[in-house]
This record gives sequence, structure tokens and C-alpha cells, in this order.
Amino acid sequence: MSALPAYASTGQRIWHYTFRYVICGFILFFLIAPILTIIPLSFNAENFFTFTPAMLSLSPEGYSLKHYQDFFTNSDWQQALKNSFLIAPAATILSTSLGTLAAIGLSQSHVPFRRAIMAILISPMIVPLIISAAGMYFFYSRIGLQGTYWGVVLAHAALGTPFVIITVTATMVGFDRSLTRAAASMGADPVTTFFKVQMPLIIPGVVSGALFAFITSFDEVVVVLFLGSAGQKTLPWQMFTGLREQISPTILAVATIMVAISIVLLSVLEMLRRRSERLRGLSPS
Amino acid sequence: MNATAQSSTEVRGAAVRFDHVQKSYDGVTLVVKDLNLDIAPGEFVTMLGPSGSGKTTCLMMLAGFEPATHGEIFLNDKPINNVPPRKRGIGMVFQNYALFPHMSVAENLAFPLEIRKLGKSERDAKVKRALDMVELGAFGNRRPAQLSGGQQQRVAVARALVFDPDLVLMDEPLGALDKQLREQMQYEIKHIHESLGVSVVYVTHDQTEALTMSDRVAVFQDGVIQQLSSPDALYESPQNSFVAQFIGENNKLSGKVTARNGDLCTLVLDDGTQVQAEAVNIGEPGARSTISLRPERIELQPSESRDNIVDGVVKEVLYLGDHLRIVMSVAGNDEFIVKLPNGGRKTIPVEGQVYKLGWSAVDAKALDAVG
Repeated sequence: MSALPAYASTGQRIWHYTFRYVICGFILFFLIAPILTIIPLSFNAENFFTFTPAMLSLSPEGYSLKHYQDFFTNSDWQQALKNSFLIAPAATILSTSLGTLAAIGLSQSHVPFRRAIMAILISPMIVPLIISAAGMYFFYSRIGLQGTYWGVVLAHAALGTPFVIITVTATMVGFDRSLTRAAASMGADPVTTFFKVQMPLIIPGVVSGALFAFITSFDEVVVVLFLGSAGQKTLPWQMFTGLREQISPTILAVATIMVAISIVLLSVLEMLRRRSERLRGLSPS
Repeated sequence: MNATAQSSTEVRGAAVRFDHVQKSYDGVTLVVKDLNLDIAPGEFVTMLGPSGSGKTTCLMMLAGFEPATHGEIFLNDKPINNVPPRKRGIGMVFQNYALFPHMSVAENLAFPLEIRKLGKSERDAKVKRALDMVELGAFGNRRPAQLSGGQQQRVAVARALVFDPDLVLMDEPLGALDKQLREQMQYEIKHIHESLGVSVVYVTHDQTEALTMSDRVAVFQDGVIQQLSSPDALYESPQNSFVAQFIGENNKLSGKVTARNGDLCTLVLDDGTQVQAEAVNIGEPGARSTISLRPERIELQPSESRDNIVDGVVKEVLYLGDHLRIVMSVAGNDEFIVKLPNGGRKTIPVEGQVYKLGWSAVDAKALDAVG
């Protein structure tokens, strides 16, 4: 937001400061406050979801790591953590490779029905999740995938692919097609061209797509509830059932850990993006 | 035909032949109509033409990026229609250079050599030689984005040559450079071509580029080669009105053929003036024709012995230092240009005055009628 020009009227000044400090302040507050609140609460020494008097007076007795300890020792949580870290990466790899290939294919002008194919591939993002989940439940039951790891992985891959397609398609717009022709004129086969020329240049899109796909799977609860059995319960599933059944502040500890993971992933992504821009000879913007 | 094959270097260039090649993108309109072209080993051939004339399409068919709809292209007498671009072994310089932005200059040059599985020492030696050739020896570690347009262009040329192809294609490689750099690069490319002896097929819409660099120029229009000849022949003896108009400056005089005697013919211009011209591309007596006449071949106040002497009214005189450019009204053409070299003459033509103009019959080419 630029500085207020000298000729601004009183009304403009009022609007300027209201917008900058009040409206923007409220927007950020509503976005961040719920997340920030759970972090101190997760260190609660009591089994409550509220700030105890001891916590408010900042006395050390009010705080403890017992919910974190519970998370790391309780076998239910550990099983859920393991499942999440099995399912999310597998779904990410699937959706990233399929989504990248689809985006490259769909950005070639000679492909027939490109828009229709694109719309179909992106539909899991648009259709309400509960409908996708119900549909997948009946379909996967038929073919024996319901209640299996692969069922959950495939379903999460289908949910994550649209993000990859969208981010990679966006980077493909800036990709100079004469580079692949140049590589071909120098004797490179399509596979070499893809890995040596195309991939390094579209990697920012691929990485952000992969990140979105990972987070989609990592945060997803509806589809897992439908398609998974107790054997495939993930962290969000465990949190969901935990909320319904036992209301343990361990959920807050898990939530804090998941927020931390998201922050780390986003930072890594931004670093990768800057690195790749540097590699392309552009300064980080 | 092959003037560049210097005795010091062996000709290693490839021969190219287009045999009745046609190209249509939509199955209805032919972008290239029945192209026949023979390129000798070591020759520098330029495809020159306005945009949309089919010249780039021809280059893309030769490179293999566009299939020919009909006909066959031969490289060293082998048909290559079914050979993919990567197996044709043709070097290519692209209009926008197409350097790999994520690789350094040296890595860009090493790319075709890695594909060919050359050892590291041999690779480094070739990269160094190619960089020295374009005088960028110290720039190997830079990224393309850190180079100026002219330097990027040289890297592109070096990359197209580093794997020793017999044929190099250049698609308007100098289009993005400023005028001075473009002229300098023209000489550099010409010298590289002369020292290496490779065949070059060069596409441009800039006639100066075509005339300075080429052994032969193919002038394209409407998917047809209008004329294929050496630069001087293109300028001195255009075969049709399009070529005369496209190459250099040109005065048009329209008229009707009245008689033909050997190489010469007599025409009556539209205002009734009778002139003599060289019969290049005309029909039977009675047919219409357009005479092409270069502005510098016209003499002001000529001696009585000139083949053609015509009156003209001076409309405008432009002083351009080394020559005077006089716009006149001659035989119904109000944009008749006369170029007078500045020989320290005493009299400068006066606007509005009538002067006599003279030219030789052989300098006036009677071509197909236009307009």
C-alpha cells in the first residue's frame, strides 16, 4: 500500500487508515487467531480446552508437555501418524507424476478436447467432497479397494491431482516451446529433453503442486472416513474421532505439530522457488 | 555456385534437395506450393520473403518439426521425411535463440556433446573451441540471462555448430538485434560459414542480410520460390515484378508491348511514350507489362545517344549526403525516383522544372504486369 498523497481529502484519509489498520487487522486476526490460540493451549497442564488461571498468570505449573508425550506414546496416535506418513507421500507421488504429465499433455495445442479433459481432471476439486467420497465408497467397494491402503492412496491422489495440474499448467504458459525443439535439433530424445530441459524449468510449479497434493491428503478426513477402515486411520481421522469421543487436548498438540509441518513445507517451497529463479538467471522477486 | 568453398578448407557441408514439396496446415490452403530446391554442399542459401510467404515453414520441414504434406526432402541424397529431428544431425539457430536458461553457456554448448556421449576432455575442448570461435571464451560460466542479446545470439550460433553438423539452419537469428549489431553479426556468421565450410540455410525477411551473406537467395512469395539466384543476379536481373519490387529500390512503368526484337522489346507506356527495354518476362505483342528500372541507372540530362530519353517533372529533391534523391513525375508515375551520386555537381535540379531523363534499354527490365 503506497503512502497517502498530499492532496488526499479528509474522507480519503479516514478510509486509508480505516482500511489499513481496522479492516486488514480484522482480516488477519480472524485468519490467525484460531491457529495461534491452540498453540499455547496445547501446552496446558490440565485436560481442559481452556486457559487455566495458572496459565494466565504465566506460572510454570500451568504448562506441560504431557499432551505431546501422550501423542508420541499413545499407540492410537502413533498408528495414525504412521498411516498419514504412508498415505500422504504415496498419494503425493501419484498425483504429482500423473498431474505433471497431464498438464504437459494438455498444454499442447494439438490435443483434442483439451478443455473438456481438463474440466474432468479438475472436477474432484469442484464437486463437494462428501459427494466424491460417497461415490468413491460405492465404486471402491465393488472393486475391493474399500478399506485398503491403496484405496485411500488412490482417492487422495485423485483429490490432489487437480492442484498439480493447475500449478504446472501455469508454469507451462511461460515455457518456451522452442527449447524442446532446440533440444531435439541437438539430438536429444523426448525423455532426455523432458528431464534435462523441461523439468528443471517447470519444477517450481511441480513442487508447489506436490505440496498442495501432500497437504490435501495430510488434512483430509471425509474420504478417509468413507474409504478407510480402522487400519487406515490417519491423523485427521484420529483427531475427528478424538473430538467426538474423548475430547483430549492431545488433539491440540497434534494440531500444533501439523501447523509446524505446514510452515516448514511452505518455507521449503519458497526456498526452492527462489533457488530455481536464481538458476534461471532471474533475481528472486 | 559454390563460391565459398575455399581451398584452405575442405567442403564438409551437406547437400539438401526439396523435391516437389508441398505443405498445408489445414488441408485446404497450401502454404508451400511445389517447392523444388537444390542446395550444394557448403553453400549458403537464404530464403527471403515477406512474412507468410512460406520460408519459415520450409525451414521447419527441413529441420523436421513440420511434416511435408507432399513431396520428399533429401539430405545428402537420403530421404528424410521419416527421420525425426533429433536423428537428422542438423544444427539450428532459433529466432529467440532458445538457449537453456537453467544452464550456463558452457553447459548449453556441452548439451549436444553429452547427448553424443563424448568424453569429458573432448567435450571441454570442443566447447572451448566453439566459444573462442564466437569470441566468448571468457563467458562459459555465465547464464544466458546475464548476456546481452548479441552475446546470446553468438552462443546460439556456437551451440548449433559445436557438434560439427554438416548443415546449419538459421531462422531469422538477427531479428532481435539492433542495426549495428546485426551488421556485425552478418559478417561474423559469413566468416564462420567460410571457415567451416558447412551448408547454411538462412531464413530472413531482411534483404540486406540476404544479399550480404548468401551464395544464393531464394525469394519466396505465396509459397513459391519466385527467383533463386546469386545476390547480384537477383538485383541486376529480376525475373518478375515481385522480385524487382522486393529487392532494392525500383521504379515501375506500366505499358503495352508493341514489338519484340531478340532480347529487347518496344513498349508504349500508358501516357503514349515509347520506350525500349530488355524482354525478360513478357507476353506476345499487345500484352501488358511493367518495366522495372533501378533509380541509380537513370541519367539526368543525358547525351543524345541513350536508348530511352523521357521528360520528367521534379517534384521533390532530397539531399542525402552521398547522393541526391529526386522524386519525379515520369510517364504517369508520380513516385519515380532518381538517385544522383554526389559528384560535386554544380547544378541541383529545381523543383517544378522539366528535365530530360535517359537510361539504357538493358537497364529497363520488361516484366509481368502488376496493378
